[in-house]
Amino acid sequence: MKSEDTTQQIYERVDAIYRAESRRVFATLIRLLGDFDLAEEAVQTAFAAAVEQWPREGVPANPRAWLVSAGRFKAIDALRRRARFDATVGEAMKHIETITDPLASEQPEVEDDRLRLIFTCCHPALPPDAQVALTLREVCGLTTEEIARAFLTSASAIAQRIVRAKAKIRDARIPYDIPSRAELPNRLDAVLRVVYLVFNEGYAASSGNSLTRKDLSSEAIRLTRLFLELFPDPEAEGLLALMLLHESRRAARTTPDGEVILLDDQDRSLWDGQLIAEGAALVRKALSSRRFGPYTLQAAIAAVHTEAPSSEATDWDEIVGIYDLLMRVDPSPVVELNRAVAVAMRDGPEAGLQQMEALLAKGELDNYPLAHSTKAELCRRLGQTEQARASFEQALALTSQEQQRRFLEKRLAELE
Amino acid sequence: MKYMCLAYLDEKKFEALTEAERNAFMDACFAYDEVLRAKGHFLSGEGLESARTATTVRVKSGKPFVTDGPFMETKEQLGGLLILEAKDLDEATQLISNHPGIAAAGFEIRPIADMSGALQASEKRRRATAKT
Repeated sequence: MKSEDTTQQIYERVDAIYRAESRRVFATLIRLLGDFDLAEEAVQTAFAAAVEQWPREGVPANPRAWLVSAGRFKAIDALRRRARFDATVGEAMKHIETITDPLASEQPEVEDDRLRLIFTCCHPALPPDAQVALTLREVCGLTTEEIARAFLTSASAIAQRIVRAKAKIRDARIPYDIPSRAELPNRLDAVLRVVYLVFNEGYAASSGNSLTRKDLSSEAIRLTRLFLELFPDPEAEGLLALMLLHESRRAARTTPDGEVILLDDQDRSLWDGQLIAEGAALVRKALSSRRFGPYTLQAAIAAVHTEAPSSEATDWDEIVGIYDLLMRVDPSPVVELNRAVAVAMRDGPEAGLQQMEALLAKGELDNYPLAHSTKAELCRRLGQTEQARASFEQALALTSQEQQRRFLEKRLAELE
Repeated sequence: MKYMCLAYLDEKKFEALTEAERNAFMDACFAYDEVLRAKGHFLSGEGLESARTATTVRVKSGKPFVTDGPFMETKEQLGGLLILEAKDLDEATQLISNHPGIAAAGFEIRPIADMSGALQASEKRRRATAKT
C-alpha cells in the first residue's frame, strides 16, 4: 500500500474512476462476456472488489485493465457456480471457454468497444423508444429512474423497454460490432436520430421538471461529443452544431414563469456567444466536407439566425436558399412549412400566406398545430382577423402542450 | 444461428406482372438461392400457393374449428419462406437485402429458437410420467 494514500483518498479515487471509466469497462466486458446483464453484474462486482482490495494493496497502475480483468474473472466464476446448479447452463459453460483474456488484446480495442456499444444500442432492429432508453442507460449510465423522470413515464415502463431490447439483442443475435461499410450510412442515421430524439425531448418539451429536461439536452450533446471522438463524421458534426446553436438560445426562449418567447422577440443578449461560436465553426467545417446531410443544413439555418443582430437584419434570402437545399436532401411538409415562413420574412406576409395555403391544401399538415398557427400569424399581419382567429382556434384544438396552449390563448386574446 | 425469413407480398400486384416480368423475377430469385446455397447460407426454402388456398384451424368452444382464408386478413400475405444460416442478425439482414425477391416482397426475419434444451427437459418429464 502506498503510504501517502489514506483509505478515504482511495475511496475518492475509486469514485472518480467509477465516474470516468465504468462505461468503458462495461463496454469491454460486454464484448468479452457476450451478454449485457452479465457484464453489468461484472462491473459492479469488479468495483466492489476494488473498494475492498485497493486500500490494502494500493491502486493499480492501470485501473481500467485491472477492473476489466477482475470483472471477467468474477463473471466466469459466477457462470461456473450457476452451471453446477443448473444443467441447462451448459451453453454458458461452452461460452466460458470462448472468453478471451482481455489483457492480450486490450488497448486498441477499448475505444472500439464504446463505439460497438453505441451502435448496438442504436440498432435499427430495436424499437426507436427502446434505442433511446437503452442508449441513455448503457452508454450514458443514467439510471432507469432518471430516464423515466426525463420522459415523464414510470420507471417500470422504461425498465421493461430495456429488458425487452436486451432480450432481442440476445435472441435475434444483434451483433456487438461496428457496422460494415455497406451498412454504415443507415446505421449512422440511426445513431444520430437517437441523439436528436434525446436532445429534442430535453429542448422542445416543456412539461414536467424543466431541470431534468435540460439535463437531457446536455446528455445528448455529451453523447455526440463522445461519438465524434470515436467516429469523426461531418453529419455528426452538423448535428452537434445544430444542438449547440439551439442550446445557445435556451435562456432567451422562455420568460421566468415559463411562457414561450418567439425568435423575433427574444433578447439576443441572452444568447450564449460561446456556444454560437463553437456551433458556427462546426457548421462551416461540416459544410466544407461536402459529405453533409439534413442536420448540417438545419444547423446552417440556425447559424444564420444566431449570427444576425436582429430579425430584420437576418439574411432571409440565404435562409430560403438553404431550405431549398434541404428540400432536395430531405423533403418533408415540415421543411416546406419553415420555408414558407422564411419566404414571408423575405417577400412579405402575402407571399408567405400564398405558400402556406398551397401547402395546407395538400392535407399532410392537417393535424400539425404549428401549420395552423403559422397561417394565423400571417393572416393577422395582413389584417385578416377572422381568418386568423379561425386558424389560431384550429391550432389550439390540436395542441396538448401546456406552454403552447397558453401562448395561443394569449395570441387569440390579442386579436380582440 | 438459423433465421427464418418470411416473404410477405401483395398477391394482386404480383399477379399483375406480365409473363416475361414474372419469369425474369423467378429466374433472379432462383439464381440467388444458388448463390446462398454455394456459400452455405441456404438451409431450405419454399414458395407458397396463393393465400386464397389457405385454411385456418383454431379452437372454438373446445373443438377444432376450420375456416377458409389465411390467419390474418391483411393486404400482404405470406408468399414464401427461406431458412438461412447466418452468423448474426446483420448478416441475415445483408443476405436478404440482396435477395431479388425484395422487389416484390417485404421480409420478416425471425431467429429460430434453439429448442434442444426444452426438448430434453420435456422428454425427461414425459419419461417420468410414463413410469408412474
